[in-house]
Amino acid sequence: MSSNDVLGGQGGDLRLAGLTKRYGAFTAVDGIDLTIPQGSFFALLGASGCGKTTTLRMVSGLEEPTAGRIFLGEEDVTDRKPYRRPVNTVFQNYALFPHLDIYENVAFGLRRRGIKDVKKQVEDMLALVELGHVARRKPGQLSGGQQQRIALARALINQPQVLLLDEPLGALDLKLRRQMQIELKRIQTEVGLTFVHVTHDQEEAMTMADTIAVMNAGRIEQMGSPADLYENPATTFVANFLGRSNLLPGTVESATGDVVTVRAHGQRLTLDAKRCRSTEGSVILGVRPEKVRITRDPDEIPAGDNVLTGGKVVDTSFIGVSTQYLVALATGEEIAVFEQNTGCEIQRPGTEVTVHWDPSQGFGLDGDQDIEAGAATDEESAA
Amino acid sequence: MTTLASEAETPAPAPAPEPAAGRTRRSWTPWVLLAPGLLWLVVFFLVPILTAVSASVQEGDYDDGFKLTWHWANYQEAITQYGTQYLHSAVYSVLCTVFCLALGYPVAYFIAFRGGRFKSLLMALVIVPSFTSFLIRTIAWKTILADNGPVVGFLNDIHLLKVTSALGWTVGSHVLASPAAVVCGMVYNFLPFTILPLYTSLEKIDPRLLEAGADLYCSPFTSWRRITLPLSMPGVIGGTLLTFIPAVGDYINAQLLGNPNTGVVGQKIEDLFLRNSQGYPVGSAISVVMMVGTLILVMSYIRKAGTEDLI
Repeated sequence: MSSNDVLGGQGGDLRLAGLTKRYGAFTAVDGIDLTIPQGSFFALLGASGCGKTTTLRMVSGLEEPTAGRIFLGEEDVTDRKPYRRPVNTVFQNYALFPHLDIYENVAFGLRRRGIKDVKKQVEDMLALVELGHVARRKPGQLSGGQQQRIALARALINQPQVLLLDEPLGALDLKLRRQMQIELKRIQTEVGLTFVHVTHDQEEAMTMADTIAVMNAGRIEQMGSPADLYENPATTFVANFLGRSNLLPGTVESATGDVVTVRAHGQRLTLDAKRCRSTEGSVILGVRPEKVRITRDPDEIPAGDNVLTGGKVVDTSFIGVSTQYLVALATGEEIAVFEQNTGCEIQRPGTEVTVHWDPSQGFGLDGDQDIEAGAATDEESAA
Repeated sequence: MTTLASEAETPAPAPAPEPAAGRTRRSWTPWVLLAPGLLWLVVFFLVPILTAVSASVQEGDYDDGFKLTWHWANYQEAITQYGTQYLHSAVYSVLCTVFCLALGYPVAYFIAFRGGRFKSLLMALVIVPSFTSFLIRTIAWKTILADNGPVVGFLNDIHLLKVTSALGWTVGSHVLASPAAVVCGMVYNFLPFTILPLYTSLEKIDPRLLEAGADLYCSPFTSWRRITLPLSMPGVIGGTLLTFIPAVGDYINAQLLGNPNTGVVGQKIEDLFLRNSQGYPVGSAISVVMMVGTLILVMSYIRKAGTEDLI
């Protein structure tokens, strides 16, 4: 098979239209519509079983969609066999060929496309991942981090229109994972290819990706830049899955101009109307723990802040850069508070405190959702 | 990427300090554990081989007894007088190995990759026939290939036997008592020995490697050629050896399914041992020649196939 035309076209955006995958009665991927611009670093983020890997495998051609189409640029590649797609994958377990040495592993794709002179390209690629000195070793003789980089080189050398990364850093320890995150980002910037990265690790997604799509139960919950998703989550799932959120159920009292007033916990709180998904009936008011402050002296609270009185510190964890508090409200609910270590006094458990925050930092969500969605799975995947 | 340079290249564990006590106190445990196996090898391997080698240079007959006279002429006879039998043994066992591989590989492949939850059942089906005696299974082939049986009837109907008989594989309109019948019987009897090692090595192949192959522009055939086949080579080598070595020495199939012109070395040895009062030394010499010949063939095969390169 010496078809150089596999790479075809001049590239273009990766577009998924109504992509669906069902296994019997179970719907793994439920009608995804998505456009991933050429040259971007895109992350599909979600807990295990949310359909992100299935989506990736459909793009690579290893799974056949039940419905929907996949386009690369103008071309419909849905019915193309995996070996006929200009797409390469970095597999979760690397899947390096154990019977071939590193050089031949990297050269594999080029050789299959009938390219005779591979020496220069393989050497360049090994140099890019800084592993030229292991060219004649077998994969089994390499450490996990080295194997990971070889898997990346083996896929990148083919200059695919889209590079798919399936939990590529999952098997590495924390320190190495951090290094590889930076490394992957550097390589992506250098080669300028479209990277689609599947992960359950929200920090990994936020570190590397330009755009993140948060997936839940086969659907995309929300898509946007890391900052956008973090500051303006659209659902409780996203609010809980991406970082942590304090979510308080309440009812809208009035909405005038830019300000939405909500009654929650018997106290009146305000929200920025631009950051509210719903401005009537029941809402869920959210605020990130690092935006919340606590004080013993109510006079210190700046005018206009949202205030929840009658709190009591139930847990204090000093972790160096910050102190994390859990504050129980009179209603029994707990609010998480992260205070930067800027020399403020550390409040011991049992201290009576008032919780307050700048209203512009809060966000409002539709009240008809599970307030716990995404929270438990986040704990799981973080473990 | 200087930060990555500090990463460990290959894990090199520091040599564990030897426990001081372990060196002074001699432990007999390994020897005790080895004893039964060693004893077995001495009694059933070393002694018989030495006996055979010694017998191969003796002279005499059963009535007067054999004497060790370093009669090397036995070897001259063993090598020069039985050319046809050596040739038959070699041709039949090579054919048997080739057919076993050709038939066994697809079976092992199917069970390993498509067997799913029926894997164990399918493997059991491969092995279960071996629970019947080798002799009985071979005799059963006499029925299968009988002149009035459906197999021969069909082959005659399509006039295939005319072709094979012209080639000397079969005789007239019969299949029985022909080289083809001998090879059929051998293939049938040795097939499980090919399939088992093949299955074991195919089953170990991570299917994700084949996905990686497909992702890297391998058509299904190229995937097999470039990934599955090289990774299953230990099974191919193991299976062919396990088939070839016993097949070279086999003479039951030739005896039961062959004719006087399909004589193999094993039959000659049996003749010399049991039906010739002076044949014992020459029979032993032939045995030694066969062992050495097989050993040389197998060693060069292993060297050529190069197992050390695999994984």
